[in-house]
Amino acid sequence: MEFFRPATWADALAIKAEQPGARAIAGGTDVMVEINFDRSRPEALLDLTGVPDLAEWSADGPVIRLGAGVPYTRVIGELGGRLPGLAMASRTVGSPQIRNRGTVGGNLGSASPAGDAHPPLLADDTVVEAASVRGTRDIPIRDFYTGVKRSALAPDELIAAVRVPVADGPQQFSKVGVRNAMVIAVSSFAIALHPERGQVGTGFGSAAPTPRPAAAAEEFLAAELADRGLWDSHGPLASSAVQRFGELVAEAAAPIDDVRGTAAYRRHSLAVMARRTLTWAWRSYREEQQRCA
Amino acid sequence: MRVTCTVNGSPAAADDVWEGESLLFVLRERLSLPGSKNACEQGECGSCTVYLDGVVVCACLVAAGQAQGRDIRTVEGVGDCGTLGTVQQAFLDAGAVQCGFCTPGLIVAADDLLRRVPRPADAEIREALAGNLCRCTGYEKILDAVRLAASQRPGGVTDGGAG
Amino acid sequence: MTTVPGTPAPTAPADLATVRGDTGVGASVLRPDGTLKVTGEFAFSSDLWMADMLWGATLRSPHPRARIRSMDIAGALKLPGIAAVLSADDVPGRKTFGLEAADQPVLADSQIRYQGEPLLIIAADHPETARRAAAAVTVDYEVLTPVTSAEAALLPGAEPVHPGGNLVRHVRIRRGDPQAPADIMVPGCYQVGMQDQAFLGPESGLAVPAEDGGIELYVATQWLHVDQAQIAVSLGMPEDKVRLVLAGVGGAFGAREDLSMQIHACLLALHTGRPVKMVYSREESFFGHVHRHPATLYYEHGITADGRLVSVTARVYLDGGAYMSSSPAVVANAATLGAGPYEVPNVAIDVYAAYTNNPPCGAMRGFGAVQAAFAYESQMDQCARRAGLDPVEFRIRNAMSQGSVMPTGQVIDSAAPVAELLRRVRDAPMPAPPRPAGAAGPDLRELPGGVSNTTHGEGVVRGVGYGVGIKNVGFSEGFDDYSTARVRLGVVAGEPAVTVHTAAAEVGQGLVTVQAQIARTELGVDRVVIHPADTAVGSAGSSSASRQTYVTGGAVQAACAAVRAVVFGLAARRFGVPPGDLSLAGGKVVSQAAGVLCELEALLGSEVIEETVTWRHRPTYPLDPETGQGNAHVQYAFAAHRAVVDVDTELGLVKVVELASAQDVGKAMNPLALAGQIHGGTAQGLGLALMEEIQVSGGVVRNPSFTDYLIPTILDMPPMKLDILELADPHAPYGLRGAGEPPTISSTPAIVAAIRAATGRPLTRVPVRPDDIVLALPARGDDPPEPPADLSPASSCALWAAGRG
Repeated sequence: MEFFRPATWADALAIKAEQPGARAIAGGTDVMVEINFDRSRPEALLDLTGVPDLAEWSADGPVIRLGAGVPYTRVIGELGGRLPGLAMASRTVGSPQIRNRGTVGGNLGSASPAGDAHPPLLADDTVVEAASVRGTRDIPIRDFYTGVKRSALAPDELIAAVRVPVADGPQQFSKVGVRNAMVIAVSSFAIALHPERGQVGTGFGSAAPTPRPAAAAEEFLAAELADRGLWDSHGPLASSAVQRFGELVAEAAAPIDDVRGTAAYRRHSLAVMARRTLTWAWRSYREEQQRCA
Repeated sequence: MRVTCTVNGSPAAADDVWEGESLLFVLRERLSLPGSKNACEQGECGSCTVYLDGVVVCACLVAAGQAQGRDIRTVEGVGDCGTLGTVQQAFLDAGAVQCGFCTPGLIVAADDLLRRVPRPADAEIREALAGNLCRCTGYEKILDAVRLAASQRPGGVTDGGAG
Repeated sequence: MTTVPGTPAPTAPADLATVRGDTGVGASVLRPDGTLKVTGEFAFSSDLWMADMLWGATLRSPHPRARIRSMDIAGALKLPGIAAVLSADDVPGRKTFGLEAADQPVLADSQIRYQGEPLLIIAADHPETARRAAAAVTVDYEVLTPVTSAEAALLPGAEPVHPGGNLVRHVRIRRGDPQAPADIMVPGCYQVGMQDQAFLGPESGLAVPAEDGGIELYVATQWLHVDQAQIAVSLGMPEDKVRLVLAGVGGAFGAREDLSMQIHACLLALHTGRPVKMVYSREESFFGHVHRHPATLYYEHGITADGRLVSVTARVYLDGGAYMSSSPAVVANAATLGAGPYEVPNVAIDVYAAYTNNPPCGAMRGFGAVQAAFAYESQMDQCARRAGLDPVEFRIRNAMSQGSVMPTGQVIDSAAPVAELLRRVRDAPMPAPPRPAGAAGPDLRELPGGVSNTTHGEGVVRGVGYGVGIKNVGFSEGFDDYSTARVRLGVVAGEPAVTVHTAAAEVGQGLVTVQAQIARTELGVDRVVIHPADTAVGSAGSSSASRQTYVTGGAVQAACAAVRAVVFGLAARRFGVPPGDLSLAGGKVVSQAAGVLCELEALLGSEVIEETVTWRHRPTYPLDPETGQGNAHVQYAFAAHRAVVDVDTELGLVKVVELASAQDVGKAMNPLALAGQIHGGTAQGLGLALMEEIQVSGGVVRNPSFTDYLIPTILDMPPMKLDILELADPHAPYGLRGAGEPPTISSTPAIVAAIRAATGRPLTRVPVRPDDIVLALPARGDDPPEPPADLSPASSCALWAAGRG
């Protein structure tokens, strides 16, 4: 096994181009487990923690460009106001020690269906910046996940950053685990209301081969809000609509039975989380209006 | 490969390191610092918690090469020149130690908490220590120890060490 | 740049000197090993290091049942850095080991009986070299269909796991007339999943070849001498050539009673002539030790209309897995304690353990009693409901007390304050009520689901439940249960000093602290040193069965008494006083008549007094094979819990809000350490109630990691209230009662009862899964299932419950 520690992004991309089998490692929270448990022996490790740019984030108008190497702890502490859904999800990642090391870029690189960052990224129209010596391209988050632990990254590509729109409305994230901390999602759900566009974003995890949005639920709710003029009136949401939203989220899932939970429970819990997070988000939206009035 | 870093304030180096080794293995088996413990090697138990450039991490998830040139402080470096640190003494006094395998990681994690939050509420203590599994104590005396240490630290003034 | 050389960590634990002060029996003395443990200097078994040591590794079977056609190790031997690859052929002595029967191969030679069974051991210059060597071995397996159901394994015609058949042991208890008429029959069927001890310090140790051709093994274990005996016979060596020293033990909870890497490390060290260190990974640890027996328990209680227990009939199946381990003792506990801490005049209990191709099961804290208690306590709640009584009131009405007769006919001859323990937990102040849904600013950490943000109060219902349990203390059924203590008194640096030497394993419970406390109390000397535990002194028995403070404590007390008698003889001769008039206090010899006679150091001079005493508790007796009658146990211990839980009834998530416990300990030898035992035992019971299970499918473990085998975190444990009774047992040293296991037994049923109270769900299986709360059969109404016709072993619990539920 080789170990590369580039000091610049250009060097990192050059190494990855020359040796596509080199496994990128940042926080090590996935890669080192595989090595410690003898699950994989990559031909090389490509350590990205020596590339300073990756650990920075910046605001570009209504979009946050989050470097792939920014740890969750900083997302929680520095971006909770602008990316509340991602910050809520980040707070549920592992432990303080894991959040100090683990990164959104790493979550995307592993592309596990259980990754906590995926649902809020899906709900918020994130763009993944994939870079190689050939150049940088934008991958819309909904095109990023291609299979179980597989993504649209080419073998020579590394994730430079994600661009996440600053929240334009309430966001919520909810995750079910059998323990009250330090737990991998049995199922997870994120919702983002986009009042300016009249849209609703969703994402769920651990309930399909990949993280997914619940498209039908999004369309249903956006239509419901538009048709009844609720975006403007800030009126109450019918309980039947909340119920239907939950059902549609559950229907979008394609879960399996595994050691962490059953398919039936995953569907059930998605419906419950969808109803609850929508209720909280809509309540925030209404309270926001009351405060502004 | 050769890995050089600073450990507990002193320069350290390890040779013939296999690239797949973790910082934990290097500390325990190459640098004679077995205080950080090897309970799960998957970041689930916190027994190997160390400071890496002042931030607490699981040493089992840091590749040895990632420690190159970095500053590491382990449980062996939490005390103060041969006397126990406040957190160490509090763990002892509160009865928070039984088998002791989780203790080094908890000492470092609690030390980090009290540096950041000098007077943590119980819920904050619990959230901060949720990544440190203990199988003996049921955590009750660990909470006592952190409360005790907090009460003994003068207003959260850091007393040297990592950070 | 300074290179830190690989200086060896100490291979031998240092003597542990204790702090001074008022530190005798009954005081909350701090641990003598505490300073080393908080500084990271305490040498655990995985911390040992020698300059020229090799790393040992184990190749294990991926299949639960197979025949080995052939193994090819040539590829492994070719790798640079490989020092040895050994198979069953290289075991010079007995090829098998085992606690109660030597039925487990040191290395499998032809048959694989469980997933993870060791086939080969490897010594290499680096753990990675050993792993690559293991990967280079090819094994040709004939994969066979595993036997995976304990009940099915006992049916006629079942495929035998061992040549002698699949029954490990059946204990049958009959008392009174089990068919006695009762007003109400209350049936139930329960299941307990396979729990893991999940100690944090993995199986590990260092074997060092000795100059005399023997071996020295530094290892984490619960019982040095029983390890020594098994290792020696497999190495084909006399026991005095196999010397064990207890290395630092990172928790045990039963999982270190059986051998793991001990013989393997010794074989590799003897073969290579070099020290060999073995350290299991967490994944390997799940295959490297026995687990708590999964159980299926069919119960039926007969009660009177006014809530008196008339009869209990029970049939219990324990899955022993591939090898015997301590299954026979687990069966005996489940049977003799199967009626719980209740007076039941008519009893028919049958408990079976079966061999299967599942992971071997054996000792874990509270064994046998834990499984039975989940069933009988669930039954008590059902009985109370049927009788229209409060669950605590029903239990109190039927609680046993001193003088009660066990189903074995044994009369409880010391305190059994079951009713009092229940009253105390019932009457403890209740925690604050849950916040209403939608209340401003919910602290997620106080809600089910925690910071995962699953509820802000929606669906949350509070429930309260109770549990009480009974456990035997010490080894039973006529086992010669003893401990040996060597106590030496001399003058060190001008002061009297005591050294206590036993082979008793400090596993975290605080035995080293208590031993020193006893010596101080008995000899009136402040300075006490605990010698490292090793096999240079006689056996102390196991650190298990809540017995070590009782038995080794008794041995230390007796050895101190023997030393004291010599001191009194010296003083009597010197001062011309009768020895019976003397006492020791504050390092002085004191005469009742004449006051202080002299300082101990003046009396002793250069003389060293050393006494070694082997101490036994009262004898126990075997159970009658037909009726299960007999005084099988030496002491009984009791604990009760009240659990308060908040359940998210829509998501099935549980937050335990508070656990209140009450326990009689006879004498609180060290209140601080005692509290730690109760807290920790309670936590393990919470784990079994809510999350802990090794999931086995087709004999294959599906979750051998701390990612998927979940144990409680600090956010899962609630505040705990303790209420300690000290009702002295006149038969025990200081009146003490074993304390380590009872809290593990009663917390599980209390928590499940609380969830039932919140949800109305039957919850007949632990750990309770969210599915059980939100997706299972409809909540059980007022109509209970019909009484079982025959408690047939052929029916699975689920079918039985479904058919009658």
